[in-house]
Amino acid sequence: MPRNPHEKFGLTALLKPGGLLSPGALPPAHQTRRRDTMLTIGACLLAALGLWLLEGHASGYVVHLTCVGAIFATLAVSYNLINGVTGQFSLEPNAFVACGAYVTALLTLSPAEKEASFILEPLIWPLSAFSIPLLPALVIAGLLTALMAFLMGFPVFRVRGDYLAIVTLGFGEVIRVVANNAQSVTNGPLGLKGIPHITNLWWSWGLLAVCLFFIVRLVHSSYGRALMAIREDETAAEAMGINAFWHKMLAFTLSAFFEGVAGGLLAHLITTISPSLFTFFLTFNLLIIIVVGGLGSTTGAVLGAFLFTYGGEWLRVVEEPMQLMGLDIPGIPGMRMVIFSLILVGVMIFLRRGILGRHDFSWRWLLASLGLGRGSKA
Amino acid sequence: MDAAQLTQQMINGLTLGSLYALIAIGYTMVYGILRLINFAHGDVLMVGCYFAWFGAVQFGLPWWVALMGSMALTAALGVLIDQGAYRPLRQAPRISALITAIGVSFFLENLGLVVFGGRPKAFARPEMFNHIYQWGEVRVLSLSIWVPILTAIILAGLILFIHRTRMGMAMRALSRDLVTVQLMGIDPNRIIAATFALGSALAAAGGVLWAMKYPQINPLMGVLPGLKAFVAAVLGGIGNVTGAMLGGLLLGMAEIMLVALLPELAGYRDALAFVMLIGILIFRPTGIMGEELPE
Repeated sequence: MPRNPHEKFGLTALLKPGGLLSPGALPPAHQTRRRDTMLTIGACLLAALGLWLLEGHASGYVVHLTCVGAIFATLAVSYNLINGVTGQFSLEPNAFVACGAYVTALLTLSPAEKEASFILEPLIWPLSAFSIPLLPALVIAGLLTALMAFLMGFPVFRVRGDYLAIVTLGFGEVIRVVANNAQSVTNGPLGLKGIPHITNLWWSWGLLAVCLFFIVRLVHSSYGRALMAIREDETAAEAMGINAFWHKMLAFTLSAFFEGVAGGLLAHLITTISPSLFTFFLTFNLLIIIVVGGLGSTTGAVLGAFLFTYGGEWLRVVEEPMQLMGLDIPGIPGMRMVIFSLILVGVMIFLRRGILGRHDFSWRWLLASLGLGRGSKA
Repeated sequence: MDAAQLTQQMINGLTLGSLYALIAIGYTMVYGILRLINFAHGDVLMVGCYFAWFGAVQFGLPWWVALMGSMALTAALGVLIDQGAYRPLRQAPRISALITAIGVSFFLENLGLVVFGGRPKAFARPEMFNHIYQWGEVRVLSLSIWVPILTAIILAGLILFIHRTRMGMAMRALSRDLVTVQLMGIDPNRIIAATFALGSALAAAGGVLWAMKYPQINPLMGVLPGLKAFVAAVLGGIGNVTGAMLGGLLLGMAEIMLVALLPELAGYRDALAFVMLIGILIFRPTGIMGEELPE
């Protein structure tokens, strides 16, 4: 396929062999595994310290934003597993997030609260009678979402390419329509209110850490290499003895599990959910995140999620009236989304590989770039 | 349900189906040539409606002048989108073009929200579409009769165009084999631009009739008709213009009949198209009229 002439301006150019940030050959991973694990644990402790400081000193607004960022990062990393790593372009995460959010909320809401919320039609029996703590609720929500993905996978993975995109998009729409209509379970368009505000920095960042642990390990295992082989050429991968269907299914159900759990945490962060929250719009936001970060890069997904969360808040200036060189410029509500869509189109045309391309962070790369560590200038 | 109600619902289904057919043609023609799901098609339809609204309501033009003007402007918009956003990606992987199309779709929707505002605008029906015919028990809005007639005229013209003109022949050739066509001295970009113009003009026509049927317009009105029309195109066999018409009619009829026969499921109407889509892709991925498209 011909190279995009614009790509030499991309950040990926810096990471290419011979680029400014490319340290050359890295030492083999097995030589540095122990050191890398220690470094990762150290980084986690440092991050925990940072979160502790943030919790104690930052404003509620910043804390909320940082929680949202971590949840979006979890969603983006899971979405990237199926879209970027496995190369199966699908558009359904809004369905999985909705499933996780509804299941968790229905499990944790107290019976009294449920009775007060369901005015039009009462909640069906077993759900109306009990409530459980958040952690088991999240696990159940994740497993149910994964089960849904598993069942969805059978029809969905019969098709490829853009048909896959439209079928998964259709599933997302169906889930939304069901959430709107199954009054006795979801409370219809009214949604669920009064969900306890439990999600804090520890929950959201803890989930991100767990999700990263599993997904990075998966991507770097033989299964991960099989997934990437399917992305590059499904026929060739099958010829090598990889069962494409079950590998896609593995990536799909795992990403659904984490999207479901993240949806549950999101519900306990914003405390009110309704079907209008889980439209294609949510999927679109996640798509921007992983495309800008670099389809196929887990690091890119995390970076994209935080850029999106904080950048989106920062972009609010364009929606507020401001004074520029003595001129009064009225704020334009809704302008942020116009800019986001332009960014998506622009990235696709001029910087198709996103910020990081398919590159991922590793300690070996970092240390070698800094000129430290074993094998840095081999 | 008695015979009168059934007749009435059949006419409703025919009307809705005609609208889906008009919109589906734009999808099917673009997909046939570029193998691209033009996600923005539904939003192009929305912009077409606003063009017509400005013509008819703001400038007080007669409805058919507003419709013609809107079709011309929307055709230009379609070409602009193709040249600006899709053409740079002709050589890129197909998924890149699809992501771009999603981006363009959101761009049009959100620009629409900023420029036109989120509040729906009333779209008055012209006099000739607004009276009610009555035969015995059957009461039908004249628009419901006119929509299938107008659609039939437009589609007959389109089929003549595709089968009897050089441009139409080039379009058919291009959807067969893009590389060989270039060897025959045909400029694919010109033909692709013409395809976008034609598809967008039909979307504008479908959109304006849609807006007259549900007499209001808003910046997100194109999303669902667009998606469903795509399903109709797949149902009929994507890449096939006659198939798109059949698919549209079938989908419209199925939706109306679902609501008419099983009123308790009326809320699930919007999900029907996607359930049908999944069914087709499992049992007959090429659709009713379709044949295997070369990749």
